[in-house]
Amino acid sequence: MSAIDELQALIVELKSELEAQKTETRQQQAQAQQARQRIDRMSAEVVDSNPYSRLMALQRMNIVKDYERIREKTVAVVGVGGVGSVTADMLTRCGIGKLILFDYDKVELANMNRLFFTPDQAGLSKVEAAARTLTFINPDVKIETHNYNITTVDNFDNFLTTISQSGTEPGTPVDLILSCVDNFEARMAINAACNEHSLNWFESGVSENAVSGHIQFIRPGDTACFACAPPLVVAENIDERTLKREGVCAASLPTTMGITAGFLVQNALKYLLNFGEVSDYLGYNALNDFFPKMTLKPNPQCDDRHCLLRQKEFQTKPKPVKKEVEIVAEEPLHATNEWGIELVAEDAPATEDADEPKPIVSDIGEGLRLAYEAPSKSTETTSEATTTTTGDETSLDDLMAQMKSM
Amino acid sequence: MVDDSTRKTLSNIPLLQTRAGPREKDIWVQRLKEEYQALIKYVENNKQSGSDWFRLESNKEGTKWFGKCWYMHNLLKYEFEVEFDIPVTYPTTAPEIAVPELDGKTAKMYRGGKICLTEHFKPLWARNVPKFGIAHAMALGLAPWLAVEIPDLIEKGIISYKEK
Repeated sequence: MSAIDELQALIVELKSELEAQKTETRQQQAQAQQARQRIDRMSAEVVDSNPYSRLMALQRMNIVKDYERIREKTVAVVGVGGVGSVTADMLTRCGIGKLILFDYDKVELANMNRLFFTPDQAGLSKVEAAARTLTFINPDVKIETHNYNITTVDNFDNFLTTISQSGTEPGTPVDLILSCVDNFEARMAINAACNEHSLNWFESGVSENAVSGHIQFIRPGDTACFACAPPLVVAENIDERTLKREGVCAASLPTTMGITAGFLVQNALKYLLNFGEVSDYLGYNALNDFFPKMTLKPNPQCDDRHCLLRQKEFQTKPKPVKKEVEIVAEEPLHATNEWGIELVAEDAPATEDADEPKPIVSDIGEGLRLAYEAPSKSTETTSEATTTTTGDETSLDDLMAQMKSM
Repeated sequence: MVDDSTRKTLSNIPLLQTRAGPREKDIWVQRLKEEYQALIKYVENNKQSGSDWFRLESNKEGTKWFGKCWYMHNLLKYEFEVEFDIPVTYPTTAPEIAVPELDGKTAKMYRGGKICLTEHFKPLWARNVPKFGIAHAMALGLAPWLAVEIPDLIEKGIISYKEK
């Protein structure tokens, strides 16, 4: 019996010790979380204790007028992975007013070859882990998190409401959306949302073999939307047959992702604070350090009806003359890029072959290619499939029951 | 890429006509009917050719799909639950078919057990919008995936036969 008593006493002792430890840890965490107090106004004073002194210096050097406007800006970052987390980190350090983060994934140890997340965060949701770190880095930034997959029917409406209503002033849209997702479905969902609400956004991506990346600025009606053509990717000149894919889905490098995030935020800052020249498309080929640039015009036959609406609106708007001149002067190769129209003229039947994706237009920028051949516009059925579904009068309920009973 | 038998299977699945996603409530019902018609025909074809390999059903709205698929290996039947959501951008983007119970068992999967499709699948799908439906995604996506992955997983001892 005395052994049990001894053990019980030991338990009590250990419990109190543990409690003391916990309290201490909590206090330490609380102290750590308040590494500094919130700052009401950005100061340009050059002292070691001012977190904004080097940013405000951009004003003094005549790069940016009124840098502090950044505090009125709200940016939505969709996808908080290798590119998105670094993007959010950079914007936070730049003192952005509000960040809205979307992701449905958890932090995993397999993510540790990329930047930002730390091994102790494994298991946490990416948005939650990111929000903690970002608030610690800069408590002035308002951070809102959404932990769901935007492509499903239920969540998409919430996503639409958030990007169109959760701007700096309640009820206003966000200033910019940055797509840092890793799949076509999510990009198309963002594209649909931004076309619907006429919101400007940047698409970004890193190839699955980790040796190329790109950013693309999409202004609905003005530049090509993501559905206007097959995705434009950086040609890596790797023979597909030598590309080993067995046993893996994707490779990644912190370098390519960091560079892409840097391009993305740099252009976001230029757009938000109105300095320099914002790139419409900027690619990065890591194998030979080549950076293709170009502008894509919208496709007048785009499948997204909201894209067509935005195109009509844009055509009736007066154009700033300066811009046209800039494009011609800088990229004479692409000034007459009417590829969208040619794309429609392509009348290849929809067949299962056509193995090699080949550029169907001649004036895509050097070093770029379409991810695959554009779909045929013809509504004819393929010669191979002879049957089509018939619009008979069987009700959906009957069909569901029939399927279930098979 | 697409072998002759897949090509033949594919050509016997009815093509769909209505371009509608789940957000377009009025015409989505028509698309859903076409999906079911194509699926029913595909399953019938499979039964006739002795290669029956899956069953699917959906929620009332046709936005969430679930069912079973199975693979025969050395005369033993290996069965798996299959599920997927219809994305808001469907049919422009294909559904992402998932086999959650194999999540973490093979590298050819994305989070949540979504199968990693070949680089040929998406271009092929894109060229056939809106004619391809769920039945085509099963035939072109899940069927070849199972044919490659399951024998490999069995051989490695990662999955084993369960008496039903």
